Amino acid sequence: MSEAVISLRNVTKSFGDVLANDNVSMDIYKGEILSLLGENGSGKTTLMNMLSGIYYPDHGTITVGGKEVNIRDPKDAFACGIGMVHQHFKLVDVFSAAQNVVVGIKRKDGFDLRAVSQEIRKICDKYGFVMDPEKKVYDMSVSEKQTLEIIKVIYRGADILILDEPTAVLTPQETERLFDVVRNMKKDGKTVVIITHKLHEVLAISDRVAILRKGAYIDAVATRDATQEKLTEMMVGEKVELNIDRPEVKDKKLRLKVEHLSCYNTDGLQVLNDVSFDAYGGEILGIAGVSGNGQKELLESVAGLQNTMPGSRISYYSPEDGKEHELLGLTPKKIRQLGVHLSFVPEDRLGMGLVGSMGMSENMMLKDYSEGHSIFTDKKKPKALAEQILKDLKVVTPGISTPVRRLSGGNVQKVLVGREIAASPAVLMTAYAVRGLDINTSYTIYRLLNEQKSAGVAVIYVGEDLDVLMELCDRILVLCGGRVSGILDGRTARKEEIGRMMTTYAGKENS
Amino acid sequence: MQGFISLFQAAVFFGTVIMFGCVGEIITEKAGNLNLGVPGIMYLGGISSLVAVFIYEGNTESPSPVICVLLAMTASFAGAAIGGLIYAFLTITLRANQNVTGLALSIFGSGVANFFGGSLNTLAGRFEQISVPVTSAAFRRNIPFLADLGVVGKLFFSYGFMVYLAIILAVLVQLFMDRTAAGLNLRTVGENPQAADAAGINVTANKYFAICIGSGICGFGGGYYVMDYIKGTWANDGSIEKLGWLAVALVIFATWKAKNAIWGAYLFGVLYWMYLYIPGLTRASQEIFKMLPYVVTIIVLVFTSLTNSREKQPPAALGQPYFREDR
Repeated sequence: MSEAVISLRNVTKSFGDVLANDNVSMDIYKGEILSLLGENGSGKTTLMNMLSGIYYPDHGTITVGGKEVNIRDPKDAFACGIGMVHQHFKLVDVFSAAQNVVVGIKRKDGFDLRAVSQEIRKICDKYGFVMDPEKKVYDMSVSEKQTLEIIKVIYRGADILILDEPTAVLTPQETERLFDVVRNMKKDGKTVVIITHKLHEVLAISDRVAILRKGAYIDAVATRDATQEKLTEMMVGEKVELNIDRPEVKDKKLRLKVEHLSCYNTDGLQVLNDVSFDAYGGEILGIAGVSGNGQKELLESVAGLQNTMPGSRISYYSPEDGKEHELLGLTPKKIRQLGVHLSFVPEDRLGMGLVGSMGMSENMMLKDYSEGHSIFTDKKKPKALAEQILKDLKVVTPGISTPVRRLSGGNVQKVLVGREIAASPAVLMTAYAVRGLDINTSYTIYRLLNEQKSAGVAVIYVGEDLDVLMELCDRILVLCGGRVSGILDGRTARKEEIGRMMTTYAGKENS
Repeated sequence: MQGFISLFQAAVFFGTVIMFGCVGEIITEKAGNLNLGVPGIMYLGGISSLVAVFIYEGNTESPSPVICVLLAMTASFAGAAIGGLIYAFLTITLRANQNVTGLALSIFGSGVANFFGGSLNTLAGRFEQISVPVTSAAFRRNIPFLADLGVVGKLFFSYGFMVYLAIILAVLVQLFMDRTAAGLNLRTVGENPQAADAAGINVTANKYFAICIGSGICGFGGGYYVMDYIKGTWANDGSIEKLGWLAVALVIFATWKAKNAIWGAYLFGVLYWMYLYIPGLTRASQEIFKMLPYVVTIIVLVFTSLTNSREKQPPAALGQPYFREDR
């Protein structure tokens, strides 16, 4: 084994009463790809933020290249050759790529953006990036922004790169491209640390895996000796069943009938084209598709948040009165009252559905504050509900009145999904419900969805992971370019088939 | 013709005061701090220069115009920068709400300035109106020869040096923001302090620097108002305050670009004084005309949000406090 390029000894960091890292001692070796694995809130990001100078440890020592260092701010980290790509990109939207790269650096030749652009092109050629240095960040896709962040740290001469959940927002193809880049960097002699909780990625890319649990360092193992089960057990601290249950569908009842649904987005592009399907109570309908192929608009149309084209029809068969209701034209509130619930987890989890500066219990009130008979809101029920979710989903938070934006991403999501499920809907739509969640919580969510299904709820599950879709869903609707390219039985569908339908419609390539 | 020339001149005098305020506030806002204390800071700049020069002129046999001008400029900059420093300390170090702090500073500044202004008037004794004739004359001295060039001279060269200084400052600030590394760093602080911090930029130092310099430039506006606009006297009528708010509105009108502040300031001046040149207005309808700069600002706001141009938006982190370990 080669020498340790970074050694952490007894590093401890707490935020108020919360102990984020407890006496962590670990080594990072030169030229390796190390995965830092742990559940949400296990202190992975906090630990790495101490290397990148965002946080300063309460006590403990950090040694870089054999010398004990004091990393007080990001400048010190750059001086040590450490660069971090944060999960929430630290880019300025109105700047070009080159401006974002050069910001904060004192250049000897003065301020020459053209020279910077040249150097960026050189880095791109070396590692296989595609990036236009003049492009503004607000015109970039998520994956381009990430590429820019990586270029930024390489430009600063970092030898040790820390990537915080780099694949959370990428499509499978983009992830593959990122991994190629990471391998190129390793070939170039750089050390790469990847923070993640996706086991198959850990196994695919890394040389070694270091595991954190509840802020404490558990152990590190060589990837070739590791299995999914073993890593999960180390990460969670107990054996986890990695099979998703799929109870038989019984008592199937038509709940939702979507006919000829078409709509345009704000840029005037048609995002849904003649979509028709049925959803039944007592089953889980999966929706597969490359991100941005109309999933969001489909769910929002049903929830009443989207303008649809004439000719579209969405009929809802209420379990209460057994009558047919036309949902188009109703307000979102009215649709909710009928029992159709949407929990959409956007890329920035706080963007839609939760108010960051409010606590858990206040967020519970957001959608039913108007119930009750007096002018005062009823705080008891939401408080009880918040405590219930805290317990059931094991949300890590100092208390139910702590503003939710202080929670880690996965915990924020648990609050959001938990609230929608708690409303006991007749139709439950979830989009990317497990995006960014660790394995244990993901399985908790699958279990909750199955419970809803058994209770007769029509569950619509928009997912990214095809393996999960095939294990969890009874039927899988495949979207391609806003059109339904097919509805498959989840028990018999093959992955290749779904993949092909995601990219081609009726035998034609989707442009 | 005569009417046009005098409207143009009035607009330039008026515009210069708010141009200083606007350019100073643009620097502050580019660092992510919305300082609503501009009126107060301009007051502080004005009274500081007046007090300094009053003491100097009162205690010197034959005051030198050069020293008078330097003293007035330094005092107005320093007085205003101290006001800015108070604001910076409260909003950056103590992370107080920026809007509330700014409004408080407006009230504080006008209170302090009018207290000392009133005292000076009392000191001046029997005239009951102080004056600093040497300084004021120096400030109002126009460019020899050029000012006599008929209409052109009247339109462009019949002003004191501060009018030209304001334009030069606006151009320099624009160049600083666009063309220098320090300007890029400062804009990053205002757009995304987390990004700036992660890039190794000292967010706190940049904010303090921008607020103090920006306030100092606002202070020039106050100094110009006292020395040139009202000819070296003091008036307790709150007109600096009115101008200060217009400077804040002008920042929005200029879409946070100092170069737009130049013509924007003069346009505001024209709009503000136009009522004098429109015949047949009653007192009530005059007031409607004085409202025009604000109406134009609102139209610009609506227009920029309709066009959805990312370049014309306020700095993204404007008004938000920054604390590194906050999550």
